[in-house]
Amino acid sequence: MYQAIVFLPLLGALVAGLFGTSLFKNMGRDADVYGGHHDAHGHGGHEEHHGHDDHHGHYHGPVWPMYLTTALLFVSAALSWYVFVGFLHHPEPVKVEVLRWISSGTLTSSWALRIDTLTAVMLVVVNSVSALVHLYSLGYMSHDEHQPRFFAYLSLFTFAMLMLVTSDNLIQMFFGWEGVGLASYLLIGFWYTRASANAAAIKAFVVNRVGDFGFALGIFGVFLAFGSVEFDTIFAGAQGAVGKSIHFLSWDLDALTVLCLLLFMGAMGKSAQFLLHTWLPDAMEGPTPVSALIHAATMVTAGVFLVARMSPLFELAPAAREVVVIVGAVTAFFAATVGLVQNDIKRVIAYSTCSQLGYMFVALGVGGYGIAIFHLFTHAFFKALLFLGAGSVIHAMSGEQDMRKMGGLAPHIRVTWAMMLIGTLALTGVGIPGLFGFAGFYSKDAIIEASFATNHGLAFGLLVIAAFCTSFYSWRLAFMTFNGAPRADKEVMEHVHESGQIMLIPLYLLGIGAIVAGFVFSGYFIGHHEQEFWGNAIFRSAENQVIREMHEVPGLVKWSATIAMLAGLLLAILFYIRNTALPARLAKQHWPIYKFLLNKWYFDELYDFIFVRPAMWLGRVLWKKGDGAVIDGLGPDGVSARVGDVTTQVVKLQTGYVYHYAFAMLIGVAALASWFAFGGTH
Amino acid sequence: MDWPLLSAVTFLPLVGALAILLARGDDEGAARYARWAALWTTLVVFLLSLLIPLNFNLAEPGFQLVENRAWMGGLATYRMGVDGISMPLVMLTTFLMPICILASWRVEKRVREYMIAFLVLETLMIGVFCALDLVLFYVLFEAGLIPMFLIIGIWGGPRRVYASFKFFLYTLLGSVLMLLAIIAMYWHAGTTDIVALLKPGVFPASMQTWLWLAFFASFAVKMPMWPVHTWLPDAHVEAPTAGSVILAAILLKMGGYGFLRFSVPMFPDASLYFQDFVYVLSVVAIIYTSLVALMQEDMKKLIAYSSVAHMGFVTMGIFSLTRQGIDGAVFQMISHGLISGALFLCVGVVYDRMHTREIAAYGGLVNRMPLFAAVFMLLTMGNVGLPGTSGFVGEFLTLLGTFQNNTWVAFFATTGVILSAAYALWLYRRVTYGALEKPELKWMPDMTPRELVCLAPLVVFTILFGVYPAPVLDTVSASVENLLKSVQVAQASLDAVTLSMK
Repeated sequence: MYQAIVFLPLLGALVAGLFGTSLFKNMGRDADVYGGHHDAHGHGGHEEHHGHDDHHGHYHGPVWPMYLTTALLFVSAALSWYVFVGFLHHPEPVKVEVLRWISSGTLTSSWALRIDTLTAVMLVVVNSVSALVHLYSLGYMSHDEHQPRFFAYLSLFTFAMLMLVTSDNLIQMFFGWEGVGLASYLLIGFWYTRASANAAAIKAFVVNRVGDFGFALGIFGVFLAFGSVEFDTIFAGAQGAVGKSIHFLSWDLDALTVLCLLLFMGAMGKSAQFLLHTWLPDAMEGPTPVSALIHAATMVTAGVFLVARMSPLFELAPAAREVVVIVGAVTAFFAATVGLVQNDIKRVIAYSTCSQLGYMFVALGVGGYGIAIFHLFTHAFFKALLFLGAGSVIHAMSGEQDMRKMGGLAPHIRVTWAMMLIGTLALTGVGIPGLFGFAGFYSKDAIIEASFATNHGLAFGLLVIAAFCTSFYSWRLAFMTFNGAPRADKEVMEHVHESGQIMLIPLYLLGIGAIVAGFVFSGYFIGHHEQEFWGNAIFRSAENQVIREMHEVPGLVKWSATIAMLAGLLLAILFYIRNTALPARLAKQHWPIYKFLLNKWYFDELYDFIFVRPAMWLGRVLWKKGDGAVIDGLGPDGVSARVGDVTTQVVKLQTGYVYHYAFAMLIGVAALASWFAFGGTH
Repeated sequence: MDWPLLSAVTFLPLVGALAILLARGDDEGAARYARWAALWTTLVVFLLSLLIPLNFNLAEPGFQLVENRAWMGGLATYRMGVDGISMPLVMLTTFLMPICILASWRVEKRVREYMIAFLVLETLMIGVFCALDLVLFYVLFEAGLIPMFLIIGIWGGPRRVYASFKFFLYTLLGSVLMLLAIIAMYWHAGTTDIVALLKPGVFPASMQTWLWLAFFASFAVKMPMWPVHTWLPDAHVEAPTAGSVILAAILLKMGGYGFLRFSVPMFPDASLYFQDFVYVLSVVAIIYTSLVALMQEDMKKLIAYSSVAHMGFVTMGIFSLTRQGIDGAVFQMISHGLISGALFLCVGVVYDRMHTREIAAYGGLVNRMPLFAAVFMLLTMGNVGLPGTSGFVGEFLTLLGTFQNNTWVAFFATTGVILSAAYALWLYRRVTYGALEKPELKWMPDMTPRELVCLAPLVVFTILFGVYPAPVLDTVSASVENLLKSVQVAQASLDAVTLSMK
């Protein structure tokens, strides 16, 4: 069964990718290539232009690849829920060996599936969202010429993600890690005729590789310290590694701290944390279902999963966890501030994702691994809902993504509106303590409380401010899109239509999740049953009482998130419903700040200046000056110039291959010399 | 084995070459005959070579299928044999040759000579990996230059004379020094038998230093290591497609093979002594050539520079003198043979259509050539070392091995994974993605069945060895373990000296 969960998506990807796409349709014949009959094939490629998420193409190919991949995903998702429900009652870890992989000396690693509570949660998240996104895409991509390829990529992504969460050792995890990176690259650049999509795809891959650089070093370090890359061996040795030092670069440092920080660098890349976040907003170039699946619900949470999985190491490396808290809190704050002023509907949600991931890292850093995974779990529902809802809006608006050109959509697309409101309520964390709340109310507020309970005052402050910003930008998004007077062209407004059922059903299901996920599951993830629920899947030392402490914070702290949320809501009402001229005036008054936020704190410009340009400059200099002038100039060219002088004067034996003769001669001389040399000793 | 399998595999291509040489007929007929004869010869050689792994005992660390014959009037001995390090390279050679012949199907100029050159080259390459006698090795090693030199010089591009001359000049320098070293070794040990020379303690430490340097001069050029790498981009650019494939896939591996066969086991003290030196050159190669690759405007040059970077991982892995490092180095050689060979075939596919290698001349090929785009993507991922492709296993193991004794080196070398992603994806984007706007590209048909047949086996093995590398890793295991014993002896004596000085 576990094999089926993981490998069915791969099967779908392979079958759809190889046989469902038009991969072989243009195969040529040698005669065409070498015969010189270029005109015979002069139909000229079909011109394909895509604006934003528009759907002008027409699809005439087979539909089975889409149905096949979707159906297989639903099977996987159903099986995942079955496994998950089993874990709610009897958490019993399972390990399935599939195939030997890399073994070299004492290093052994296999393809294996490790299913424990943590994995079971991830299976549910990944497969559910993926199945719903597949379903949604049946409608959303129905006019795209390349939809079999799209579905193959989606399923391939799902497979890689499943390999990541079921991995039993760090190398397989790295496989999934880079595999999702590949799928993300392919999907961001799905509309390959767009230059911006291609640039965003490369950026995503390369920035992720910066993180992977740390991850890889972390794996090497773990192998050096523990002599293994398998989780069981590492975790068993963790306690013994406390206080040991490792010689890294030129220093002897605390082993666990170094290893955890290196691994965390990988997490920062994948989860778009501060400094390595720049790829995520650009990744919105991909089709919207991709943004929902990869860049909101699943792949970007891989970093959170990594830290939770490695909790036996992180728990014993408090210094490393402090770094995690700081990075997480700064990210939550930074991304939320940038989200305040963005005008692209998808970018607002992207920054929101970045910010929420920051929350999760704070939870991890303060030792609340279960809280982080809980937020990951609820966030997957409501963020996927928001993205798919945004997709429905974009669909209705004929591809428009700029919120300044929206407004007044509520009466036209009521269902989408309602679903987006549910998503917003869940994200901003609406709820009444002790009674009922939307999903985010349980998980996000728990993180804020946990940060206070563990005396992380700065992180607490940043998170509360971020909560305020979250509420503001979420409502801003809702009001700018759905309320007020329409700002779009008449023509566009006439075409505004509600999406079909196939796109709405995933919204309903995610909507249900966004409403109840927190209420139903908080007892398991962070409540009374959490000990039994998590079992050995995450590790907390005896001193770590964060779950208990967070329930005992002062009342004001408990209310702080709700107050921040209400403040954000009221301000958004003031700005975007009551007095719509106010935002523009404010932006003008505080132009530098507005500009700073609008340009995302100028990170792209900074990185371009300190990394991209110097690398290219250096490459050119090393090529032209290093290889060209110095090495060749002193080496072969210099010598050949001398030799050339001689040969032109002496030899004009025959036209052409003078050097060949010279060469053959030298070989002869060498052979002769060796003959004498060896002969001489006998 | 009661018949000389290795000799049969080695010299069978010569029989084919002879058959082509002796054939008579009009030009067209002779050319067709030469093509088919070469293809059949290489296929039969490949099938025959499959007997080598079938008769190979994985647990045996020493040489197997050994042959001994007196040669040159007792002056030297004809000795052949393979161990776990050379066997995969022999297989790689026999596997790639039919593909190269098929890839050259549309060569029109002097087809007979072309095919003969490749068949002779095959004999010499297999011979190098099987030779168990220093003189035999040297002769084959150097003789291998001649057909390659001709292939570049006759069937190459416009600057072929410059390129082949540069190629020749570099390798000559190295080989003269190696010849002197071989003579010195013979004087000292009284034998040219590699098996005998591999016994520990044959050469005193003081002598090892000089011998190591002399061999290094030759192998470093072959690898090629920075800073003696500049012949490679020019050679690749000018070489015909199949020539590039052989050059990248096999000839470069002779350098790595030489390090593993001679430098490390015969001169272990010197190898330890020069470890940091090789580390520095390797790391410089990885970073320097990756940056240079980033700025290339010629597809073949870009892949050539990326080859230098990948070979940096090989030298680093070998001289990490750890189990994972050396396993990884051998694996990386095989993997690079598959991937870079296939990448050069990909360049050949578009070159045959457009007759230019300039990256800027392309763009948007995916619109007309989805199959090419898919294959090229997969190989690009192999080139950047994505897990699941064979490129990952070698790179990962060499880095893991190096990390164990020098974290600085591993640290800098690992930046290569970022740079390789940058240059490889940027190349892919400029060639393949975008709108198909250039009018001269619009007629281009996708890959032909022949081109697919050439690339498919390479693609399959790139994935297969990425998912299940055991066939290679299990083969090298015993021999590498054996190799490391000589290093451990040297290490122990070094430690003893260091201790006594404290």
